[in-house]
Amino acid sequence: MKKIASKDSKLLLIFSGAVLLMPLWLAPFGAAYPDLLQKFAIYGIFAIGFNILFGLTGYLSFGHAAFLGVGSYAAVWSFKLFTMNVLPAVLFGVFFAGLLALAIGFVSLRRSGIYFSILTLAFAQMSYNLAYSVLTPITNGETGLQLTLNDPRWLDSLYKVAGEGLPSTELFGLKMSGYPGFYFCAIILIVCFFISLRIFRSPFGLMLRGVKSNQNRMNYTGLNTRPYMLSAFVISGMYAGLAGSLLAVTDPLAGAERMQWTASGEVVLMTILGGVGTLVGPMLGAGLIKYFENIFSSFNSNILHEIFSFLPDGIENVMVKVTGLFVGSGWHLTLGLLFMIVVIFLPGGIVEGAQKVKNLFVSNDQKGSAESSPEKQAVE
Amino acid sequence: MENLVLHLDNIQKSFGGLRALADVNLHVEEGKTHAIIGPNGAGKSTLLNVCVGRLKPDSGRVTFDGQELTGKKPHEIAQIGVARVFQTPEIFQELSLIDNVMLPALSRRDGAFAFNPHLLLRSQSEIRDEAEHILGDVGLKEHLNQEAGSLSRGDKRRLELGMCLILHPRLLLLDEPTAGMARHDTNQTIALLQKIKERGMTKVIIEHDMHVVFSLADKVSVLARGKIIADGSPDEVREDPVVKEAYLGGAHE
Ligand SMILES: Nc1ncnc2c1ncn2[C@@H]1O[C@H](COP(=O)(O)OP(=O)(O)O)[C@@H](O)[C@H]1O
Ligand SMILES: [Mg+2]
Repeated sequence: MKKIASKDSKLLLIFSGAVLLMPLWLAPFGAAYPDLLQKFAIYGIFAIGFNILFGLTGYLSFGHAAFLGVGSYAAVWSFKLFTMNVLPAVLFGVFFAGLLALAIGFVSLRRSGIYFSILTLAFAQMSYNLAYSVLTPITNGETGLQLTLNDPRWLDSLYKVAGEGLPSTELFGLKMSGYPGFYFCAIILIVCFFISLRIFRSPFGLMLRGVKSNQNRMNYTGLNTRPYMLSAFVISGMYAGLAGSLLAVTDPLAGAERMQWTASGEVVLMTILGGVGTLVGPMLGAGLIKYFENIFSSFNSNILHEIFSFLPDGIENVMVKVTGLFVGSGWHLTLGLLFMIVVIFLPGGIVEGAQKVKNLFVSNDQKGSAESSPEKQAVE
Repeated sequence: MENLVLHLDNIQKSFGGLRALADVNLHVEEGKTHAIIGPNGAGKSTLLNVCVGRLKPDSGRVTFDGQELTGKKPHEIAQIGVARVFQTPEIFQELSLIDNVMLPALSRRDGAFAFNPHLLLRSQSEIRDEAEHILGDVGLKEHLNQEAGSLSRGDKRRLELGMCLILHPRLLLLDEPTAGMARHDTNQTIALLQKIKERGMTKVIIEHDMHVVFSLADKVSVLARGKIIADGSPDEVREDPVVKEAYLGGAHE
């Protein structure tokens, strides 16, 4: 039993190291610039939180983007009304996302399976449409919510003279763009990972696994599962709100498209790609998808022409046409293919793949001592 | 002196046009083992479903120890102290045996809203000890960390029995607890059930195996086509000509 505790500490240590050193080890992949690193951390938080609901309870929400969006709006409003300091913004984001999750979860959790998924999807699309229509005074509709020169910023105005132009987000004077922004997100990511680790190993987590495995039996043991499910839903909604507020921290604007169903679908893909119900899987999935998005969406036809310039003209044009479908704004096609390949050949995601490779190497000589990965292991 | 704790009064239940239970009355004495026998499709499982809140009866009421069970949700009935072993085992297939048994114990305490993993490891260790002990009782001690889904059908039943026992129920409902078990395991289960009888737990047991019925039951009721056609002590029922004709004649081994 002690072994598990020390194993977890090791896992946390490795995770923290890998996250904090991302600027170094991602450099050879051309991914070590702050904008992208921030995205890795932020969507990592989003996916880790999503996995607390989906991975532990098996309830698949198709509406988590609503919480992401609310987190962003709340954070930007905090910048506009109170202060450019990011701490209140993050707190507001988490709080309002949690509140919305409480309401949506309360209703949606009356159903399970596909009906639950559809209810969450409906609520998210409703939020998205409201953001464009009646809620324009709050969301600023299609333009999106932005900072302006006439924002009151009451707290800041008490002890600071407004400088020229739009202020930038800061943490007690430290500007939250570039690497400081990344490290702020990274530290929050590590804390989030730690909390998720705790939940996975706790009696609460075991209860959620029980619900996933056999909700009937849970009831016949005398447990009312609804408060547990609702807590898991709200916790994962708060993770999403946190991620949304961090998006606003690194770039202080919020638009309704953040709440669209494609964004909800993306976090599902991230989690499945990395490995549902594993601890590090969602982070890996989030990183991989954001990395590929970055590469493939930056390709345009000029670059493609360059790549295929060695071919005769006619074939070159055909190749550019065909591959052009998969890059730029069409990169989702690539994502779809990648996703299909993973679901068909590796339903357990990247983590399962890594597991298989590892077993391949340790299979013969030391099978006895080969342990299953700490990620997948339940509490012993 | 009779001290009846479980009362089923005038229970009726139909599925569409099919009358699964037609006016069933059953009264079970505290601390005793009451067997219900009857041919397939007689309505035995339906009767238990009505007791645990899986089904609502069309009419009639169920009370246990003075408390109304009809209309209550399954988890509320379980909290009153009613546990059930199902005809098709309801276990946590994906979890290890030890987790399977610890989960009910944790929900019994409702101490599961705890986020501290060490709770599970240390101060909950008495729960773990108890879980291991119970797995030993039901004869599954060797496989603590095995996935429950990989067990044989008979072993799944024994696991489910363990999951019920750790709840310390006051009323235990068993739906064919030895079906699919080898003779040896059946005898072991009989011994275990005899042992818990000494603790004063009331039990209702549905069973096809007459060997099990006659070793355990204090009282037997015979259900056929949704009606109780006879009840009494095992010997009385065995000799009852109506029963012989309706049921025992063919099935007695
Ligand atoms: N949920 C249900 N829906 C429809 N018919 C059912 C349902 N449950 C049981 N029945 C029917 O009720 C009758 C009694 O079933 P059951 O109680 O399972 O019998 P037993 O356990 O005595 O073999 C059977 O004819 C069965 O087909
Ligand atoms: Mg039956």
